[in-house]
Amino acid sequence: MQLARVLGEVVATMKDANLTGLKLLVLQPLSASGEAAGRTLVALDSVGAGVGENVFFVRGREAAFPFYPAEPPTDASVVGIVDYWDLG
Amino acid sequence: MQIGRVVGTVVATQKNRKLEGAKLLLVQPITLDDQPKGAALLTIDSVGAGIGEKVLVVIEGKAAGEALGRKAAAVDAAIIGIIDHVEVSE
Repeated sequence: MQLARVLGEVVATMKDANLTGLKLLVLQPLSASGEAAGRTLVALDSVGAGVGENVFFVRGREAAFPFYPAEPPTDASVVGIVDYWDLG
Repeated sequence: MQIGRVVGTVVATQKNRKLEGAKLLLVQPITLDDQPKGAALLTIDSVGAGIGEKVLVVIEGKAAGEALGRKAAAVDAAIIGIIDHVEVSE
C-alpha cells in the first residue's frame, strides 16, 4: 500500500458495467515526507474519500477485494483515509 | 488505472485463441495536463472507444480479463471507460 493525496475525480459515462456507481479518484502518490512522488494514477474509492484528503491505496488484483462479491475491473483502490502519520 | 489517449488500432490475424474477436487499441498514456508519457500500451477495448478519445486503462491481468469477459485470457491491459472529463482542483 502507498500514501497518496486525492487530486481530483474522473467522470466517465461510458464505462464497464461493473464500475457503475463507483467513484474514480485521481491520486498523487506521496513520499514518507509528504512530497509528491511518482506519476499520478486513477483509483476506485471504497471509503468515501474526497479531493484534498490524504489516503492510502492498494495496487494489483487485491484492489477489487473491497467490493466483494462484486469484481470491478480495477488495479488500484483507495482503502483508507489517513488522519496523520509520524516519522520516527 | 492510467489515463491515456487512443492513438491507433492493431490488427493481428494469428493470435491466442482467447483473444479471438477482441478489439485491440494502442493507447498513449498521458499526464493530467495532456502530455504523452511513457511507451504506448496495447489494450483490449471493452467499451467501444475510438481513435482520439481519452480513456481509462486498467493495467492488471485479472481485471483486464474480466473487462474482456473471459477467464484466464492472456491480457494485461484493458480500456474500461471513456473519460468525459477530469476534475482536478490544485
